[in-house]
Amino acid sequence: MTTKEALFKYLLRLGDTSMILAQRNAEWCGHGPFLEEDLALTNISLDLLGQANSILQYAGQVEGKGRTEDDLAFHRTEREYYNHLIAEQANGDYAKTILRQFFCDAFDFYFYSELVKSKDEMLAAISAKSIKEITYHLRHSSSWVERLGNGTDESHSRMEKAMDELWRFTGEMFEMNEVDSVLIKEGIAIDLNAVRPKWENKVKEVLEKATLKIPANTFMQRGSRDAKHTEHLGFILSEMQSLPRSLPDAKW
Amino acid sequence: MANTKDSQGPLWEVFVQKKSGQPFVHCGNLHAFDKEMALQNARDLYTRRNEGTALWVVPSDAIVSSSPEDIGPFFEPANDKVFRHPTFYKIPDAIKHM
Repeated sequence: MTTKEALFKYLLRLGDTSMILAQRNAEWCGHGPFLEEDLALTNISLDLLGQANSILQYAGQVEGKGRTEDDLAFHRTEREYYNHLIAEQANGDYAKTILRQFFCDAFDFYFYSELVKSKDEMLAAISAKSIKEITYHLRHSSSWVERLGNGTDESHSRMEKAMDELWRFTGEMFEMNEVDSVLIKEGIAIDLNAVRPKWENKVKEVLEKATLKIPANTFMQRGSRDAKHTEHLGFILSEMQSLPRSLPDAKW
Repeated sequence: MANTKDSQGPLWEVFVQKKSGQPFVHCGNLHAFDKEMALQNARDLYTRRNEGTALWVVPSDAIVSSSPEDIGPFFEPANDKVFRHPTFYKIPDAIKHM
């Protein structure tokens, strides 16, 4: 695998995760628990979409086949997507949406804080720009995890249920393959083993404050590194891609 | 003043400071269930387009307001007392934000 091929796949991994999570959160638009929170979550969704846009645009340049960020977003199939499985999980109730967001925000925060040191200038610049937004996202989602964990019996039990459903998708975020080893040698990618303990500490700290426990079942679902997905991604893509696929020349 | 009966939480008033040293100006209100949520919601609703660099949020029911009937006794006596207005002084150029 050449550096260029590895970087292209690495960028898809990052860009796809931001985009699919943005798409999931956007489903809440107009359906939030109350107006202010509806706006907060859709603002976060827009930030993620902006990050995805810059990353996929760069991916297109790296690939060098003339594909734009739109081509990459709207004209790839499920088995060509590399987003983390957790990003595509269904919204469920607000507890599940918030917990999914918290796991992803905590990952993004420590991941992009490291990636600003990348020798790839573009990747370092995108990370530096994103980290300000992510810092806010993490503050938002962790305060909600605490609030719901400590809220009522019902909010607490909904958070426990969300934890049971989502915990199994947190392991693969730290999985590394050839893409990583090629890019780590070049100083472009970062070692996810260094991100993991920081993520775990943050998660433990917030869950403790929220009086929530990590599930005893430690089975971890994997697949996204090989573009293998849960049943949800196909539905997301068919909705997201239907317009550009049926009207390929449509413009705003 | 504050409507706490609905399910969206109590009301908070939002004040934005454009730049350090300038006064905080009231810009609107919002719903939130606690201080941190009020601050975050204020950021999302009122400062995402470079409107300011600092925020205050205050529970609406902590604000004591004059009522329309107070207009006469509170404000009108000032009208005919021109000496109460500092219009006879020149403000030095070095003083800003007056």
